[in-house]
Amino acid sequence: MRRYLARKILIYALTFFVAVSINWLIPRLMPGDPIRTMLSRGASGDEASMERMRAYYEQTFGLDEPAWQQYLNFWTSLARGDLGISVWLFPQPVTEILLSAVPYTLALLLPATLLSWVAGNRFGAFAARSKWLDNTLLPLGYVLTATPYMWLGILLAWGLGIVAGWFPTAGPYGFGSIPGWNWPFISDLVSHWFLPFASLFLVAFGGWAIGMRNMIIYELEAEYSTYLEALGAPRRLVRRYAFRNAVLPQLTGLAVQLGTIVAGALLTEIVFAYPGLGNLILEALNNRDFFLLQGAFLFIVVGVLIANFIVDVIYVVVDPRTRTQMQGSAA
Amino acid sequence: MSEMEPDVRAVQAAEGLPAQAGPPERRLGESLHFALRNPKLLIGGGVVGALLLTGLVAPLFVQEGPNVYVGPQAQAPSAQYWLGTTNFGQDVFAQFVFGLRSTFLVGLVGGGIAAVVGMVVGFTAGYRGGLVDEVLNMITNVVLVLPALVVLIIAAAYLQARGIALQGLFIGLTSWPWVARAVRAQTLSLATRDFVDLARLSGRRAHSIVFREIAPNMSSYLFMTFILLFGGAILIAAGLDFIGLGPTEGVSLGLMMHNAVTWGALQLGMWWWFVPPGLGITAIVGSLYIMNVGLDEVFNPKLREL
Amino acid sequence: MSLDVNDLAVYYRTLRGDVRALDGVSFSLADGEIMGLAGESGSGKSTLGKSLIRMDARMRHVAGTVRLDGAELPVADDARMVPFRFHQVSLVPQYAMSALNPTRRIGRMVRELVRSRGVDYAGVHPELLRRLELVGLDEQVLRRYPIELSGGMKQRVVMVVSTLLNPSLLIADEVTSALDVSTQRAVAEALAGFRDRGFVKSMVFVTHDLALVHQIADTIMVMYAGRPAEKASSRTIIEAPRHPYTRMLISSLPEVGVTFAGKRLQGIPGRPPGLLDPPPGCRFRDRCPLAFDKCAEQPPFAEVAPGHWAACWKAE
Repeated sequence: MRRYLARKILIYALTFFVAVSINWLIPRLMPGDPIRTMLSRGASGDEASMERMRAYYEQTFGLDEPAWQQYLNFWTSLARGDLGISVWLFPQPVTEILLSAVPYTLALLLPATLLSWVAGNRFGAFAARSKWLDNTLLPLGYVLTATPYMWLGILLAWGLGIVAGWFPTAGPYGFGSIPGWNWPFISDLVSHWFLPFASLFLVAFGGWAIGMRNMIIYELEAEYSTYLEALGAPRRLVRRYAFRNAVLPQLTGLAVQLGTIVAGALLTEIVFAYPGLGNLILEALNNRDFFLLQGAFLFIVVGVLIANFIVDVIYVVVDPRTRTQMQGSAA
Repeated sequence: MSEMEPDVRAVQAAEGLPAQAGPPERRLGESLHFALRNPKLLIGGGVVGALLLTGLVAPLFVQEGPNVYVGPQAQAPSAQYWLGTTNFGQDVFAQFVFGLRSTFLVGLVGGGIAAVVGMVVGFTAGYRGGLVDEVLNMITNVVLVLPALVVLIIAAAYLQARGIALQGLFIGLTSWPWVARAVRAQTLSLATRDFVDLARLSGRRAHSIVFREIAPNMSSYLFMTFILLFGGAILIAAGLDFIGLGPTEGVSLGLMMHNAVTWGALQLGMWWWFVPPGLGITAIVGSLYIMNVGLDEVFNPKLREL
Repeated sequence: MSLDVNDLAVYYRTLRGDVRALDGVSFSLADGEIMGLAGESGSGKSTLGKSLIRMDARMRHVAGTVRLDGAELPVADDARMVPFRFHQVSLVPQYAMSALNPTRRIGRMVRELVRSRGVDYAGVHPELLRRLELVGLDEQVLRRYPIELSGGMKQRVVMVVSTLLNPSLLIADEVTSALDVSTQRAVAEALAGFRDRGFVKSMVFVTHDLALVHQIADTIMVMYAGRPAEKASSRTIIEAPRHPYTRMLISSLPEVGVTFAGKRLQGIPGRPPGLLDPPPGCRFRDRCPLAFDKCAEQPPFAEVAPGHWAACWKAE
């Protein structure tokens, strides 16, 4: 078990290292002068602040220094939590901007991911081997998982928001609302949250349902299932065992799919102008704010790594095989 | 061909076919038999085929380019403009059919590159083993945890000019890891089989063993993998386009959605602008997935319903 | 008679038609009898074993009846078979290594299984421990996951679990084929011991290993191409077989004590007929040195001597 987790941590550390290096490398690899590229569509035309920005960038990039020195500097400032200064919201530090956006992204991502995983697994297991459900609702699952996240968001925003008028379609809360711990504000917050959450949930739900359906069919064909059936065990017991075994690969699937779901959350935020990391990425792109963009990238990578690690730990807890393999075989 | 025989037997063993399965031509016939009677495969394949044909043929009948301002602005679908026009008077139908083309192209390039990279890495890691395996495995795992779309955003943001093929290339280079893992696992299990041992003992070279003995035994699996990659590449491309990192020239379905949202199609109720592109993507990718289930049932006798 | 199988026919449905895996099988098993069921792969021996407890989806009961302890066993009806399974008929499967749910501790799995069959677990628990001890396992195994056990341990656990409710008939399906030679015999003898102690009344021991089975079985039935060829006491089958197929089988073994490995026999030229559309008459006819005109007619599986049945015109 310890070896299993140690290996995983090594992979995550390596991934982090690669991500940081990508961040450092890409602006330097791309053709042209990165500073010019960045400032070409920089914020307002205010000469003085442009000058300050240029000075800041030249100092930060330190392009006159040797490459290894630049690379080292990059890591040093990263270690201090310094991701640079935003162009878009100059002179706010990127870290600060990102930290204020993270709660919104998490508010969408965590419930949508967890609920869709649980519900999708239940539903997929339920539908498997029931001919009727298999032929009617599972194609729907395939359509859902094939739906681009933003398109479902657009449809929901249009149908339930603009046409039906049931939900607001933009922002974290209404313009008139004053943030506070009072009921009107919270309900406003929830009603703004609901549509982006629902569209994220639905697309992910389709994927989990199908994954579980396919997994459990294999588990029901597995030999431990056949043995139970030969001994006359009721279908309920066989299915319960199959479900439990099929959930394990679904847990691995959760780790593998995390990147896709995060991407989905970013896209959904953009549709609903929800002020999370996705929206920041869009603003960063529109304002050519590369510090902000790269900061967002690092934040997301770190988030995905942490989530992966949590999944690994859960996996060790639920799968006896990962725990026992390391103790050396008993006989 | 003298090497035919062991392959066939291995396929049967690998796929758990009953001993009565019979000679290879029968088996192929059997697959075809089930393929032609599999509604999932037929419907999925039909939809993909129809959309592909539309993407290939329909643009030939579009007089002007898809981005030319040809008609009245923001007009609902009509006999003249089947899918209406945009805020700027562009023909949505023209954009849609050209967009289909780009979508298939990006799926083909992205899915193809991912499949090739994934297979090469997977075969090498699985067959070579040892240190090579360790290193490739590590690389695979690292790329696997990196969120592809976000890496692509970073890379695309710095490009001045972006084309569809380049986009496909980038997508391919980030979405291969799970293929590599799956192919590696399958190679490991096949590499210990008798017929591979035989080939090895007879002094055949590694790449020849991989391509003539191992790969053919996984061909149905590899084909299904490619289909999934194809669909995945389309979705990633649509996401990139939607953020505004789509092709700088031309048109794509994701870009149409980007423009529709950017220019207020939702608020203006111009559903004809944002429904078709998303529907097109969903139809293609969804049909590919359903087709894949159908193929799985055809190739894997255990899943067939009697 | 403990088990009475009469004219049983079970076909496999395939695209090209029915494969007649079992075609008119009749035999009976006395109380306390261990019958070795031998034959090449494709002879129908495994199909017979499965048919007696649970047919898979592709198998179709075509004709024949099975009676167990005087009551009819509804082999064709999956649902009606359920009350018999585990209680009356049980199985030690070929895949004993992977028959246990990998994510459940063994004790809990047994408890859940037993309870699901309407049996009070507390009532059988002491017996479970006693029998585990009998096969050399301590109660610790109940707290382990299958992965923590060696192959032989899992095999023994499955044997104990399958027979826990003292079934009348036990089907042991190629139980030794996955084991190394030294444990094969121990497993076979343990099963014979189960019979001696009355854990099971009678047993069908499906195997391709004549040499092993003749050491523990009272009788041996040899099958060929979906039909029984010969059944007699183990001794008679080895020493004085009457069916030409059995004779060739025995003589093609360099000596008793060597297996014939499941594959096509090297010693007997030709191969069994396809069972998709088998020729009428004796199915061994094409390979039989003694074949004559009458063999175009199917020989009955007749008692040629007391306790000795053979399906051959020349076995008289």
